Amino acid sequence: MTEPILDITGLNKSFGPVHVLHDVDFAVRAGEVTALVGDNGAGKSTLVKCVAGIYGTDSGRVRFRGEEVHIRGPKDAADLGIEVVYQDLALADNLDIVQNMFLGRERGSAWLLDEANMEQAARETLASLSVRTVKSVRTPVSALSGGQRQTVAIAKSVLWDSKVVLLDEPTAALGVAQTRQVLDLVRRLAEQGLGVVLISHNMADVFEVADRIAVLYLGRMAAEVHTKDVTHGQVVELITAGRSGDIGLARPENAVL
Amino acid sequence: MTDRTLDKAELTAPRPEQSTPSFDFAYWWDRVGILVVLIALVVLMATIAPNFASIDNLFNIARSIAINAILAAGLTFVILTAGIDLSVGSTLAVSGVVAVLAAIGGLPAPVAVLLGVLAGAAAGLVNGLLTAYLSLAAFIVTLGSMTYLRGLAYTMTDGQPVVDNMLGFRDIGNGYFAGIPVPVVVMAVVYVAAWFVLERTRYGRHVYAVGGNAEAARLAGINVKRVITSVYVIAGACAGLAGVIFAARVVSAQPTAGTSYELDAIAAVVLGGTSLMGGRGRIIGTLIGSVILGVLSTGLILMNVPFFTQLLIKGGVIIFAVAVDSLKQRPLRLGRRTGGAAPAH
Repeated sequence: MTEPILDITGLNKSFGPVHVLHDVDFAVRAGEVTALVGDNGAGKSTLVKCVAGIYGTDSGRVRFRGEEVHIRGPKDAADLGIEVVYQDLALADNLDIVQNMFLGRERGSAWLLDEANMEQAARETLASLSVRTVKSVRTPVSALSGGQRQTVAIAKSVLWDSKVVLLDEPTAALGVAQTRQVLDLVRRLAEQGLGVVLISHNMADVFEVADRIAVLYLGRMAAEVHTKDVTHGQVVELITAGRSGDIGLARPENAVL
Repeated sequence: MTDRTLDKAELTAPRPEQSTPSFDFAYWWDRVGILVVLIALVVLMATIAPNFASIDNLFNIARSIAINAILAAGLTFVILTAGIDLSVGSTLAVSGVVAVLAAIGGLPAPVAVLLGVLAGAAAGLVNGLLTAYLSLAAFIVTLGSMTYLRGLAYTMTDGQPVVDNMLGFRDIGNGYFAGIPVPVVVMAVVYVAAWFVLERTRYGRHVYAVGGNAEAARLAGINVKRVITSVYVIAGACAGLAGVIFAARVVSAQPTAGTSYELDAIAAVVLGGTSLMGGRGRIIGTLIGSVILGVLSTGLILMNVPFFTQLLIKGGVIIFAVAVDSLKQRPLRLGRRTGGAAPAH
């Protein structure tokens, strides 16, 4: 068993009187895909945003590569090598693939961008992920299909020598073939040694790519299990009831918001 | 739905390579269409209006274009971020007044010029701060400052033109540099600088990103509020520069200077292919748009077209240009709507 690259313990987060995350423990391991599942409002997105530094936390410890860190803003997270691919993609339609991949972190001096260098790096990154669906890295993002946009958003996140990538519902808006491409890509990220977190509602996707499954139930971590140790039905039970057989919360009926 | 089937086809069918030669009309129209319109217009004018193609007249046209073109250059930055600045005409007046009054007050000409430009930049800074940090609608903020600044120009001059026949910087409006009118030289410098900034610098990239998707820009770590503020400062500084040129040309401070110039400047930007929705457009397009408007005005005058008819033609041309631009984009927009960019829920 490998040491987690990102290890969160006892995380609490409230929005005013609403206690959204209760003592959540969550670990991400390098080279593995961890699926983060849960019903709507279980706190998946909140947890991701806490890790990404978009929300502050009320209490809890975050260790990154064994050392305790404090993530106070998105920049802290980015400096550690934690990247988030948002559900709404966060791409600028009017810019091309290279421009989007390097947005906010352009290479070259402030007064003269190094376009050749960025183009080359973008091409290499796409090639390393075996992405062959885009014709030219100078294609405007507005001209790409949903799957291609998702691909670009994911490739963007690995360009930064990142260690942990959090993907928020990457296949939610995609068709069958495009979902296939994106899941392959998710697998390759893990093969490259990154710690990958996949938020998803789709059990088929989860069972296909995830090494582990972490289930949030009403803001509590109901279970963190190996994918091969559980069945489809058990995970659904954990999501909807917080408990399945002898795994899950001891008294899920007490888990109130 | 078409999008999905397409993608499946993409997986199996051999993909046509980028190098496959095929004439893409929309692609080329996007890049050179507006230039074709300009050339056609110039040829037409040169044929019908006897004096149009004389060097003197071309210099006159260039000189008369310069002020609107400089205003439009600054406005291009603002419109690229999906903003608007209605106050550039009034800013032009205030800057001219500030520069002339400073010169009359005994300040050296370069200082007076600098003060005029800085006055414009300051007006832009206020517009920008209100728009970016108070999240007010740029249209309303600059509508207010348009009126406020016009009032300021009247107040500073008591409503009368202030003439200074000894104006130290009069050459900026009337002189020649290497045989070329100085306003034209200034315009060229402004456009080269604007092109470089927008196309080659990190800041320029961020201007496009903010206009394309402000939220994505913010998540990428770009200080969106600062970028928005800065584009209004640039528009203000350009208006200030235009105001100094205007004042130098008429050798006086005119409180009525630049009235409704903002509309011509916006027309030039839009005619040049920049989208009012932000993120899309090029500075070179704005220059061509300004030239088209200038050539059209001068040509219609040379052809003795009545003033009322000139307005009909200019208005019609602007609407036509925008309509063509919109039709050209329609297939792309429809494609995007059915595409995968749909929200997840």
